[in-house]
Amino acid sequence: MNKDFLKIADIKIKSRLIVGTGKYKNLLETAKAVKASGADMVTVAVRRVNVTDKKKPMLSDYINPKKIIFLPNTAGCFNSYEALRTLRLAREMGGWKLVKLEVLGDKKNLYPNMIETIKSTKTLVKEGFQVMVYCTDDPLLARKLEDVGAAAIMPLAAPIGSGLGIQNKTNISMIIKQTKVPVIIDAGIGTASDATIAMELGCDGVLINSAIANAKKPILMAESFREAVKSGRKSFLAGRMKKKFLASSSSPAKGII
Amino acid sequence: MAKIQLNGKKITVKSSISLFELLLKYKLSNKRVAIEHNGKIIPKTKYKTKLVKNNDKIEIVHFIGGG
Repeated sequence: MNKDFLKIADIKIKSRLIVGTGKYKNLLETAKAVKASGADMVTVAVRRVNVTDKKKPMLSDYINPKKIIFLPNTAGCFNSYEALRTLRLAREMGGWKLVKLEVLGDKKNLYPNMIETIKSTKTLVKEGFQVMVYCTDDPLLARKLEDVGAAAIMPLAAPIGSGLGIQNKTNISMIIKQTKVPVIIDAGIGTASDATIAMELGCDGVLINSAIANAKKPILMAESFREAVKSGRKSFLAGRMKKKFLASSSSPAKGII
Repeated sequence: MAKIQLNGKKITVKSSISLFELLLKYKLSNKRVAIEHNGKIIPKTKYKTKLVKNNDKIEIVHFIGGG
């Protein structure tokens, strides 16, 4: 387990849990939850600086980008133009190339617009970005994304922020089997056991935001996810027993008194 | 004086100040930000030489919490 790393493009991280930094009560709680989660990578959004309040604290005052990898995300972008603009600005800000692409298609279910997503991935790859891509759980579209150069495939478990857990294990398993780059579940996880299931299926990692931030005790939930992801990974590596449809007793029949 | 639009707000600044001076004005010179000047992303190395003109549209962005 000590040599078990998550490798995305040319980066190598220890924790298979990536956490979002949105929806928390304040930046202090965000920082505490990130710490408790043990995550090496966090997603961040790109937004306008508040120019009317010069003293407003900034995320980077609470989470050190030198210690935790910031993964700029295009959450809230509904077309390729907005997503590309956001990530080009993010690159200028941080100087890094690893980004998360999310092009949404519908305001109610926040499903990704896969046509715009594939188009944007192609452009970003051409510009030298390493793109982790939020996508539907369709194996054909996942393959298409890999073909155009995605650095990680990030299928949804369920709609963003829904907390419904993995809705289509069969599709997620198919995607895992066919994909050579990391497969990371993004969106829809509700509780720690959902993350364990994802890892047991063979996912390379999970990305969690709402399930931690919206918990009654976010910091405790962050800890729980840390353990759940580790546990699921170990379980996957250990290889589960075969399912049987009849009982098989655990104690030997020989020597029964 | 130059009238510009900064992050969607109309403001007035001294004519021909540089982007770097604009960042200083908002205490952002040592912060992790990126600047878009009339729709074009400006590399950090040009902040001191790029000057702000009347009617310019400037966006200064940073990282915030997000999923």
